[in-house]
Amino acid sequence: MMKRRTFLAGATALAAPLPLRAATDPLKVGFLYQAPRDDKGWTERHELARIELQEHFGDRISTTFVENISEGPDAERVIRQLAQQGHQLIFTTSFSFMNPTVKVARQFPNVRFENCTGYQRADNLATYAARYYEGRHVMGTLAGLMTETGTIGYVASFPIPGVLRGINAAFLAARKVNPDVRMRVIWINTWFDPGKEADAATALIQQGADMIMQHVNSPAPIRVAEENGVSAFGNAVDMREYGPTATLTSMMFDWAPYYIQRVQAVLDETWSSGDTWAGIGPGMVTLAPLNERVPVDIRERVEAEMAALGGGAFHPFAGPLNRQDGSPWKAEGETPTDEELYGMDFYVEGIDGSLPT
Amino acid sequence: MLRLEPRPERSRLLLWTTPLLAAGMTVVSAYVLFLTIGVDPLKALGHVILDPFASGYARSELLVKAAPLALIALGLSLGFRANVWNIGAEGQFTLGAICGGAVALTFYGVEGLWLFPLICAGGIAGGMAWAAIPAILRTRMGVNEILVSLMLTYIAVLLLSALVSGPLRDPDGFNFPESRIFHDSAIPPMLIEGTRAHIGIAIVPVVALFLWWMTRYHEIGFSLRLLGDTPRAARFAGFSETRAIWFCLMVSGGLAGLAGALEATGPIGQLVPGIPVGYGFTAIIVAFLGRLHPIGVVFAALALAVSYIGGESAQIAMSLPAALVGVLQGTLLFWLLIFDLFVGYRVRRVRSPKAETRADARPVPRLSDAGGA
Amino acid sequence: MDLLAGILFTLTIASTPLVYAAIGELVVERSGVLNLGVEGMMIVGAIGGFAVAHGSGSVVLGIAGGIAAGATLALLFGVITQIFLANQVVTGLALTIFGLGISALIGQSYTGQTLDTFPRLDIPLLGDIPVLGKVLFQQDVLVYGSIALTAAVWWTLTRSRVGLVIRAIGEEHEADHALGFAVIPIRLAVLAFGGACAGLGGAYLSLVQTPIWVEDMTAGRGWIALAIVVFAAWRPWRALLGAYLFGGFTIIQLHAQAFGVNIPPQYLSMIPYAVTILVLIAMSTDAARRHLRAPACLGKTFFTAR
Repeated sequence: MMKRRTFLAGATALAAPLPLRAATDPLKVGFLYQAPRDDKGWTERHELARIELQEHFGDRISTTFVENISEGPDAERVIRQLAQQGHQLIFTTSFSFMNPTVKVARQFPNVRFENCTGYQRADNLATYAARYYEGRHVMGTLAGLMTETGTIGYVASFPIPGVLRGINAAFLAARKVNPDVRMRVIWINTWFDPGKEADAATALIQQGADMIMQHVNSPAPIRVAEENGVSAFGNAVDMREYGPTATLTSMMFDWAPYYIQRVQAVLDETWSSGDTWAGIGPGMVTLAPLNERVPVDIRERVEAEMAALGGGAFHPFAGPLNRQDGSPWKAEGETPTDEELYGMDFYVEGIDGSLPT
Repeated sequence: MLRLEPRPERSRLLLWTTPLLAAGMTVVSAYVLFLTIGVDPLKALGHVILDPFASGYARSELLVKAAPLALIALGLSLGFRANVWNIGAEGQFTLGAICGGAVALTFYGVEGLWLFPLICAGGIAGGMAWAAIPAILRTRMGVNEILVSLMLTYIAVLLLSALVSGPLRDPDGFNFPESRIFHDSAIPPMLIEGTRAHIGIAIVPVVALFLWWMTRYHEIGFSLRLLGDTPRAARFAGFSETRAIWFCLMVSGGLAGLAGALEATGPIGQLVPGIPVGYGFTAIIVAFLGRLHPIGVVFAALALAVSYIGGESAQIAMSLPAALVGVLQGTLLFWLLIFDLFVGYRVRRVRSPKAETRADARPVPRLSDAGGA
Repeated sequence: MDLLAGILFTLTIASTPLVYAAIGELVVERSGVLNLGVEGMMIVGAIGGFAVAHGSGSVVLGIAGGIAAGATLALLFGVITQIFLANQVVTGLALTIFGLGISALIGQSYTGQTLDTFPRLDIPLLGDIPVLGKVLFQQDVLVYGSIALTAAVWWTLTRSRVGLVIRAIGEEHEADHALGFAVIPIRLAVLAFGGACAGLGGAYLSLVQTPIWVEDMTAGRGWIALAIVVFAAWRPWRALLGAYLFGGFTIIQLHAQAFGVNIPPQYLSMIPYAVTILVLIAMSTDAARRHLRAPACLGKTFFTAR
């Protein structure tokens, strides 16, 4: 019974500088994906970034990827295998990998790990994520200005803070430009299931939504929107090809600059743990070019909003802001700290329906 | 002309060599498959077959992977022999994880040696309770247990998802559908330092030996075999089908539940929706590969563990698709089923159909047919 | 009312794959064979249909591809169980595991690819009737096909000689063999039919409902089809009803959420499975048993030395 406890206690995380490699060996960098690498969504963005990373550094690094790994004991084994095979930097690109990464990081203090969208860190484990809510703020503005029925439909995965931030930001931005706008959310409890996503989008459209936003990973909602003649917003990649008329824009993530920066840090031996949460400003979150049918005046407003947000002129969650039950969250002039944003587990006032508990 | 002729008695030689033949043909099929998808077959096969034995950690992972398969398959093989078709082991596994995990969470933070055995008991109870449903329905109302246990599997998986999204969710986990990470007293002690090989693995040989002893020397084992081979004779002999059904479902449910609790507290360490990964179905393959014999089942579980771990290794090393493992496992079972024919039947060349009399046209009792609804 | 029409419309699309798979399996089981590999046959039908449609550009060829894929896998099952006399339950499970694996393997190169939208019928005038118009007269051709198939199977099983033979084999295969019916070839043909239907159901998913290929996109529908067959007491029209009930529940659950109903979606999703169990119980009472029991030879291996 003591074995596991003492074992873990014995694996100390080091603050000492990590050891030198032989100058001729390429640095091995590993990537773990929870879905196929060409899922036309979340994972594909990471894969594209990995390819760009490999091109940037050429012979100095050698990248490996493992795709389609589910959460649980398999993930732990695979991460461990990557560490054992001499990878010096391992990116695990999903929250589901957080706990397995933590466990393996403890056993391999000389390997560097980075977990995307997780919240646990160690001296050899960093985290990184994108401020999706900034992108959603801009899209919400566009939705609010373009909607004719006044209802925005949102196909959502799990009621975790990252998703809720996106919903709330979109709603608040839409309401700012369109005070009567409504928002309905359907939770499908999965990140990737085109059948369910399509059904959810259809249900939302049938209930009056003409703007479909999504925090799920397949282009199915876009196609449904295209078939039904309403508008949609793509997620993670440019989803225009699935709905050329419907897609007003897509929020995209560009991980390549971050990956290049981190690999360079390892090569320069300046890598250290920490949390990176970047948005529009540093270029981690971008928007695809707006659909041509967006009128010029709206286009200009949206672009101005995006520039202002990127430049830090305002915060999407600046007060006054109440929770859905009416209780105040932020007062006039207050802005939430990153910690408070991490813990956002509520709808803001005005969204239809309640959170499944 | 070739004819099939039932053997008066199953060929024991073939019974034990067919798994090896099937494995051999699977390797050949895999070779062809790799060639078709444009991959170096020897290299790939090397990864699949050799990598799992290449390091101490890999070997320990074989045990980690084989243990739940073996536990579940041991229980299932008991029932399959007696014509009790528990197809819902996956659901019982899940309920075992839920109940064991719930116990762990109820006593979160409380230390003590008694907690882990209590968790295991909870897992066994959960699996048995879930298996009791098809048992009642079959014995009281004649409802076929295949479909009931299968439907219950879906319900169990949904229940797990609902619970970890709600009542069992980690309050400090930012709303993610996961439970708290189990504390030290709730997790199984490690067998081998530095690996994930936990004490649950040691339970497997114990259970296997016990079941072997029981089927061979104890009355109930005898009754199960008889009920499977010749149900009418068994009933005349006074063996109760009801008792057999309950016994088989309770044992297989309990073992599956135990495997679930061990998996949740051991390698996973918390309750997540992704706990059910198909062990309950793969265990059916393991049971048949092991010829429904306790010792054979243990070896079969190791063989399938090799396919999982080796397949994963090939995936990492050669970017092969993860789907390969399912294809290989299905192929293995197909070959086994094909070769299995020759255990019970001979192929004979006959000159004319009239030479065969109707008298010896009765099929040899074999690994049982599925019971009608 | 528009919402109701919309719900009924989506419901039909959600239920059609289930109709095909269930009707196919129903005929197979009436002939006395229990093929648990429906999930495997559906998913190979899905990838077969998608791959052929993607490569040829023709949806019609895609449908043919799905049918062929399903039938092929079913014949594999047939050979192993009817000729190699293997246990049907285990073989069916092997079929599912294999089917899921091979479809994922083939599907590797098609992940995330999409196809054009499947054409829908648009009967003028009739299609404009409020509520029912869209539901009844603006579906795609495969929806109408599924209804037609149900009717054809019902008529064949109950009114034709072919159906009589199939049912007889399902009840007493040894006696019928003695009477001179070629039990094995007939069962193989029926199995191929069942596989073709399951493959078509799977192809419907990847060609019509969500024309994007994704691993395991059948998501358990094959098992639901098996449940529907029992739920329907092996009667075709009841199977149609069962398929629509199951399909309906999935859709209703989403709408309930959008309306703000606060039951966690997982509990709503459990309902079809729980209902199946209840129906199984209801069918096991003596009164029901007399009218609704399963084919007597279901699942039994057929062997004769002659």
